[in-house]
Amino acid sequence: MGWLSRTSYLEALSRLFYDMAELSDSMGLKRQPPCPLGSCGTVRVKTGLPSMLVGGVIMDVTSVEQAEIAEDAGAVGVMVLDKLPYDIRRSGGVARMADVKAIEEVMNAITIPVSAKCRIGHYMEALLLERVGVDLIDESEVLTPVDEAHHVNKWIFKVPFVNGARDLPEALRRISEGASMIRTKGEAGTGNVAEAVRHMKALNNDVKALASRRSDEEFLRDYARSAKVSYELVKLVADLGRLPVVNFAAGGIATPADAALMMWLGSDGVFVGSGIFKSGDARVRAEAIVLATSKWDDPEAVLEAQRMVSEKSAMLGIDIKTLKPEELLQVRGV
Amino acid sequence: MNIGILALQGDYIEHVEIARKALQAKNISGEVVTVKDKSSLKSIDAIIIPGGESTVIGRLLEKTNMIEDLRETIAGGLPTLGTCAGAILMAKKVRDKVVGETRQPILGVMSIGVLRNAFGRQRESFEMDLDIRGYGRVRAAFIRAPAIVELWGRAEELSGFDYSEIGRVTAVAVEGSMIASIFHPEITGETLLHEILIDMVKR
Repeated sequence: MGWLSRTSYLEALSRLFYDMAELSDSMGLKRQPPCPLGSCGTVRVKTGLPSMLVGGVIMDVTSVEQAEIAEDAGAVGVMVLDKLPYDIRRSGGVARMADVKAIEEVMNAITIPVSAKCRIGHYMEALLLERVGVDLIDESEVLTPVDEAHHVNKWIFKVPFVNGARDLPEALRRISEGASMIRTKGEAGTGNVAEAVRHMKALNNDVKALASRRSDEEFLRDYARSAKVSYELVKLVADLGRLPVVNFAAGGIATPADAALMMWLGSDGVFVGSGIFKSGDARVRAEAIVLATSKWDDPEAVLEAQRMVSEKSAMLGIDIKTLKPEELLQVRGV
Repeated sequence: MNIGILALQGDYIEHVEIARKALQAKNISGEVVTVKDKSSLKSIDAIIIPGGESTVIGRLLEKTNMIEDLRETIAGGLPTLGTCAGAILMAKKVRDKVVGETRQPILGVMSIGVLRNAFGRQRESFEMDLDIRGYGRVRAAFIRAPAIVELWGRAEELSGFDYSEIGRVTAVAVEGSMIASIFHPEITGETLLHEILIDMVKR
């Protein structure tokens, strides 16, 4: 089964959920942004944006200055935040959507896609981000969730969403809710890529199991039941041998070698949060991570990238074993 | 026939699939290969520059010391298809709708001027049916698309439409053995532009 054929299934899923969502859209807002020509925000257009980001690096930024450094270094997009995950972790309190003005300033300063985070389940923050015009919304566990039990219904938005996942069932639940892109959760703000590796491997193992038993209907049905998603979605993954949407790595990536490792594990691209602007050599580190992500399959190029940065300048990082269970971000919104 | 897909960044996987389909449709035996360094440029009969971020692909072309070789190979007549970011990289003139002048490296091989992010942001991204002159209708996906707003010399429009804010927009332009498209045939599964590229190789 070809990669392109995935969209027809996602379109069917979208129609099903969109109709239901419209019925239950109790807010009754005139919420559709204008569409000057053709059909805007279709499934193909929404899953198409992440396809354009493949092989690239999306960087967390907190200011216009950082956004310009990211663009010049070859970032495929930026994520505008109030505080970097490392600082969110240290400051505590409630972490919310970034300032609208800060997001708008970045949008007016650079030409590459601008993303921003909304809290898990915060429909209104998501709606505002769509209105502001961000290109991709990250419904993120890095911010403090407002609804532990439900995520935003993403089918009714014209803008694509990316969601974090620790394993395949979690990823499939987010796709069922309309996510156009998935990323590993990892453990944000730690500078430790170990959790991202664990999550990517867990996902890969399940995909392999499904692919190898793709004619075993009973197995696929059991999997769908325990994952709390539809059989058809599980069957699609089994036939494709991969997720039906673009899948990035995120959470703890701090060096070019980290990025190349995640690409080698099958990521389509990487998010780098605190790893760049919490380091002492942000500009050159950003360039080096871009090079290592694109040319991960060429050891000489990864070596060249790794040579550009100094371990002395890397963010110090946090060993996950020293974090208390309540300090883990990855367990939010599963 | 060997078709190379530039695979430094962007939606090259979709292009690999569509290029294979186009070869099948034309009943031509051939290979579709990904291109990530200049040594592979010698063994291909055509190249496709995919959608993606033109700033990123341009910088990676510089970083991998490919940009000069690729520019010369295309200028020397290698049949080339660029979609979206690919069209931006091929253009001699590039501007951005929001920030104006851009500082990005480009190939600058085609006599066209493009306006980046011409239709707005992702929420304004759209799909619609489009006529390709002399060939027929395709489903076209425009994702944060640029617009070709200027053509000169031997560049010709193969498809276009009027857009309120911009005026006349060229969607597909051809010049010699180069094709630039502002939309993504690879996202909607259309093989037409890839077939035109294959015809250029056969010529």
